Amino acid sequence: MNTAADRAESDLQEFDSPPAVTGGGEAGIGPWRLAARRMRRRRGALAFGLIFVVLVAVCLLAPVYADLVAGSGPYENHLTDQVTVDGQSVNVVGYDGIPIGPTWQGEFLLGADGNGRDVAVRLLYGGRNSLLIGIASAIITTILGLIVGLLAGYFRGWTDSVLSRLMDILWAFPVILLGIALGTSLALGGLALGPIDISGGSLAIPIFVIAIIYVPYLARPIRGEVLSLREKEFVEAARAQGMGSLRLIASEILPNVLSTALVFFPLLVANAILLEAALSFLGAGVQPPEPSWGTMIDEGVQRIITAPALAIVPGVMLVLTVLALNVFGEAVRESLDPKAKVRIEH
Amino acid sequence: MTRFIIKRLASMVLVLFAVSVITFLIFNVIPNGDPAVRMAGKQPTETQVQAIREEWGFDKPIYVQYATTMKLLFTGQMVSYFSQLNVVEEIWKGVPRTFALAIGAAILWMIFAIALGLWSAMRAGGISDNLLNVFALIGISMPVFWLGALMNQYLGFELSNVLGFELFPNGGYVEFSESPWQWFHHLILPWIALSVLFIGFYSRVLRANIIETMDEDYVRTARAKGLSDRRVLLHHVLRNSLIPVVTLWGLDFAVVIGGGAILTETVFNLQGVGQYAADAIGQLDQPPILAVTMFGAFFVVFFNTVIDIVYAALDPRIRLEAGDSA
Repeated sequence: MNTAADRAESDLQEFDSPPAVTGGGEAGIGPWRLAARRMRRRRGALAFGLIFVVLVAVCLLAPVYADLVAGSGPYENHLTDQVTVDGQSVNVVGYDGIPIGPTWQGEFLLGADGNGRDVAVRLLYGGRNSLLIGIASAIITTILGLIVGLLAGYFRGWTDSVLSRLMDILWAFPVILLGIALGTSLALGGLALGPIDISGGSLAIPIFVIAIIYVPYLARPIRGEVLSLREKEFVEAARAQGMGSLRLIASEILPNVLSTALVFFPLLVANAILLEAALSFLGAGVQPPEPSWGTMIDEGVQRIITAPALAIVPGVMLVLTVLALNVFGEAVRESLDPKAKVRIEH
Repeated sequence: MTRFIIKRLASMVLVLFAVSVITFLIFNVIPNGDPAVRMAGKQPTETQVQAIREEWGFDKPIYVQYATTMKLLFTGQMVSYFSQLNVVEEIWKGVPRTFALAIGAAILWMIFAIALGLWSAMRAGGISDNLLNVFALIGISMPVFWLGALMNQYLGFELSNVLGFELFPNGGYVEFSESPWQWFHHLILPWIALSVLFIGFYSRVLRANIIETMDEDYVRTARAKGLSDRRVLLHHVLRNSLIPVVTLWGLDFAVVIGGGAILTETVFNLQGVGQYAADAIGQLDQPPILAVTMFGAFFVVFFNTVIDIVYAALDPRIRLEAGDSA
C-alpha cells in the first residue's frame, strides 16, 4: 500500500548535512569503528550525552539525598510542620495554603508542594520514575520492533501482511489518544495476561503502554531494511550452506539492522519521557502519589498562580533531559547512519 | 482513476473496521475486571452497574458486545454515566473549537517553518543557522502543556496585571459569531504554543531539503540561463523542497485535529474535543474517552485517504503504481 504516510517518510531527509568527515576511504576500518571515530569529534554532542548521564546518576542518588540532606522522603507530608530558614521558624505550608518557596538550604531546597512535601526530593524520585519509564519502554519498543521488523521483512507473505497491517492500524491512532485510551482503561482495571498480573497503579502500565505505541515507528524502517538485506549475496550464501531461517535472521541479518535500532534508541527514550509526562499530566500515566516529572508539572500547573516554581522546576528538568537526549541522539544518527530517516511523534 | 478511488476507499473501510475493533478491545476486553464497573466511573451503585451491563450487552457474547458498542456510538446514543450527557453531542460542540485551533496553528507553523528553513539553508554553517538549530532542538524537546501553561500564566495573566490591559487573554474561548476579534485574540497564545514543536521540526526538514535541492541539475541550469538568485530560490528550489513537507503537513494536521491538540486545549481551557476527553480522564469517565479515541482515529484514517486520492489525481504515477502492486 503506497500511502501518503509512506511517501512522506521516504521523502523525509535527514535534518542536517552529514558531518564534514570523508570517512570510508581509509582501508580496514569497520563501520562501528568509523562511527565511533566520527562520534569522538562531536564534542558538543558528547557533552550533552554526559549531561544526561549526570542527570541519571543524580536521580539514582535520590534516596541518599532524601536521607542525608533533606531528611524527608518523597511521600512525607509536612503540612503542619515548620522549618528554620535564616534563623526564623517558618510554616512549610502557610495558613493561606501557599507552600514555602525555595529555601536554598538542605531542607526544602526547592520549596514544598501543596501537601508540604519536599520538592527537591520529589524531583529526584520523580526523575527516577520518568527515566525508568523512558528507558524501559524504549528497550521494550526496540526488542518488539526488531522482532516484528525482522519477521515481517524476512518471511514476507502472510506473516508480513498480518504484522504490517497491525502496525498500520496502531499507526492510525494519534499517539496521545492511544496512550490515553490504554492508560485509562488499564489504570482502571489493571492487566492480567496469563501469568502476568499488573495492578492499575503500577509503573509497569505506562511502560507497557508507551512501549507498544512506539513499536511501529521502529518496526517499519527495520522491515524495509530486512526486505533488501534478505536478497543480498551473503544471505544467499548462508542459506545455501543450509543455515536455518531463525539462525540466519539472528546471525546474518540482525547485526546489519542493529545500527538502525541504535540510531532510534536515544530518540525513543526522549519521546517516551515526553509522552510519559503528557499522559501523567492528563492523569492517564503515573498515578499519584507516585511522583514523576509529568505528575509534578500537573500538580504545579494547578498552583501556578501562587507557587509557580512547582511547575517550572520539574519542567526545566524534563526539557534539559530530553534536549540532552535529542542532541546526543542526533549526533549518533549522523555518525552511524547519516541517511537514516527518523521521525517520532509525541 | 475511478478504480484507484474505489480501491483506496475499500482499504479505508477495512482499516476503519480494524481501528474500531482495536478500540473496542482496549476498553472492553484487554483490561482486567468487569467492564460495566469501569464504564460506570467512580463509586457506582450495583443497580447502575447492572443497567450498564444490559445496555452495553456485557453479559452477551463478545461479537454482540462489539456490535452494541458500535450501535451506541454511531446512533449517537452513548451517554456518560458521570454527567448523564450525550457523548456524541458533547463532541460536536467541541469540533469547531478544535478546528479553529488546528487550522490557525497549522498556518502559523508552516509560515514560520518556511521562513526559518530558507534562512537557515541560505546561511548553512553560519552563526544564525547554528542558533536556529539550537532553538529548533529546544522547541522539539519542550512539552507543549508546560510551555502553554507558562505562556498562559506569564503572558496572559501576569503581563496583563503589569500592563493594566489584556495584551493576551488568560485562556478561554470566544465564539467567532460572537466576536471575531475576541475569537482571534483568545487563540493567539494557543496557536503559538501548539506551533513551536512543529516549527522546530519542519524548519529543519525544509532546511535539509533545500540544501539537497540546490545541488540538483535543474537548479544549475536555471542559474546558468541567467535567472536571478531570488527567482531560482523561490521558483525552483523552494517549490520542489516543499513537496514532502506539504505531505507531512496534511498528515500532522489530521493528527492534531484527531487528538494531538488535547494538551493545548486543556492548558488554555478551549473546551474542544480533546479537552472533553481530558476532563473525562480525571473523572474516570470512560464513554467520552472511548468515543473521542474512535472518532480521532477515524478522522486520521479518513483524512489520509483523502490526501492519497488528491495526490493520485495530481500525479498519475501514483495511480499506476498502486494499480500494479495492489
